[in-house]
Amino acid sequence: MAEEEDDIILSELNDEELSLQMHDDLYDGLKEEIEEGVNILLERGWEPYRVLTEALVSGMTIVGNDFRDGILFVPEVLLAANAMKGGMAILKPLLAETGAPRMGKMVIGTVKGDIHDIGKNLVSMMMEGAGFEVVDLGINNAVDAYLEAAAAEGADIIGMSALLTTTMPYMKVVIDSLVEKGMREDYIVLVGGAPLNEEFGKAIGADAYCRDAAVAVETAKEYMLRKHNQLAAG
Amino acid sequence: MSNALSDLLAKRDWLLADGATGTTLFNMGLQSGDAPELWNVEHRDRITALYKGAVDAGSDIFLTNTFGGTAARLKLHDAQDRVRELNRLGAEIGRELADKQDHTVIVAGSMGPTGEIMAPLGPLTHELAVEMFHEQAVGLKEGGADVLWVETISAPEEYMAAAEAAKLADMPWCGTMSFDTAGRTMMGMTSTAMAEMVAKLDHKPLAFGANCGVGSSDLMRTVLGFTDATPPAPVIAKGNAGIPKYVEGHIHYDGTPELMATYACMARDAGATIIGGCCGTTPEHLSAMRAALETRAPGPRPDAAMIEKELGGFSSASDGTGDAPKPERKTRRRRG
Repeated sequence: MAEEEDDIILSELNDEELSLQMHDDLYDGLKEEIEEGVNILLERGWEPYRVLTEALVSGMTIVGNDFRDGILFVPEVLLAANAMKGGMAILKPLLAETGAPRMGKMVIGTVKGDIHDIGKNLVSMMMEGAGFEVVDLGINNAVDAYLEAAAAEGADIIGMSALLTTTMPYMKVVIDSLVEKGMREDYIVLVGGAPLNEEFGKAIGADAYCRDAAVAVETAKEYMLRKHNQLAAG
Repeated sequence: MSNALSDLLAKRDWLLADGATGTTLFNMGLQSGDAPELWNVEHRDRITALYKGAVDAGSDIFLTNTFGGTAARLKLHDAQDRVRELNRLGAEIGRELADKQDHTVIVAGSMGPTGEIMAPLGPLTHELAVEMFHEQAVGLKEGGADVLWVETISAPEEYMAAAEAAKLADMPWCGTMSFDTAGRTMMGMTSTAMAEMVAKLDHKPLAFGANCGVGSSDLMRTVLGFTDATPPAPVIAKGNAGIPKYVEGHIHYDGTPELMATYACMARDAGATIIGGCCGTTPEHLSAMRAALETRAPGPRPDAAMIEKELGGFSSASDGTGDAPKPERKTRRRRG
């Protein structure tokens, strides 16, 4: 890297240059630079929602795509998500005040017996990065934890993750309970985890299997759109 | 220093390891979400049956039911204070069975990942990881394990912590990583990078390699990566029997015994010395693998086209090794 590139002064960039630079800084996981960029854009009079979508969400989309394509791996994505979190901490209260559009709400956790929460954390962060509200139930969740949280939070989506062959069947236990209680149609159910595949997702009655965090975000958006369309039609 | 596994490795061209633990225990009635390690106390007979399945099918090495036996994992079942006991018992049941055989069978003390992300990205420090693995290793040693068997690791830092724990426990060890993300481990390590890491370790494993991941084709590609240059230790190949499907309330892996037999011979042709299965691999698969290894003549070193033809396609175009064009992001400009 040439030395002059070390000396980028964010406040001297125009709006377009700055948001592109923020995409790069997100990619490189530079939290302080992201916080600085968010503050500069806000000072310049950008709506919080515009900062979120144009500077942060589009930046995380690049990260998500490269993760999906095997260019970035978990360590880099964790750093990017951490930088995103820095920006979100500034924007969150402002978004609430300004009544920005709501993308949707997801309740997520690893299933009973599974403490492997790396994938689940990535999905949480990428979903937040895409503007969704996420309620993270953590690890080792029994049926009731999912059902109660989904109802109490008024969630649109239930996300379940399992990394072990020994815990993946538990996803079906949760879905079966939703069906039994007549709640299945109230939620979009997304499942993920290393040993799973699309066919498995279908077989246990989930709406979709998401092979990684980037796909989870795309799938969630698509299903939310369908849900809105159905509501509009109904 | 010689031990049962190094003696066996010196005598034989290949060794058959075992198959699945988790999927097999499910078929014996383990409930999803429960800790398999508790069965070392509650259902000794079933754990004996699990081990016996592999031994009777011809496995030279079998892994103990202690994969989730670190304090980090047992905490989930409020059994974090029982690490020594559960690991000791898991190994003891194996020792008892191995000693009854008329030939050498290796009891390998399974040690799976802690499930936590290591510092600085996550909360798990090197010291704590070493401490947890060491505690488990001591239990396995007390129970009579011949060797420690670290498996399904994603992070190089965790692999190195396990190596240090093995040294502290004064135990020989083997260690495999899981290459399940575009041909690399979840944390981005390639097969060749793992071989380089192993070469530099102070307490070297008796054998290193890959387990689990995505089907047998991907695993074979990883083995080729290990053996592309002279590997720093004998290579282990322990692949899943296909991919998981949900059939009538059970998880079923779709790889047939015949497919796993082909895979076993290809792994040998690719330079692997210790060959076995992982998820979905039953004693029936192991018998077919043993028979094939004993009767089929060694073939040429397989290449990607051959693997694809015999075992099926890969999950990604490249595995990040060699001269294959690496996908890269076009950056505008980067900070230094």
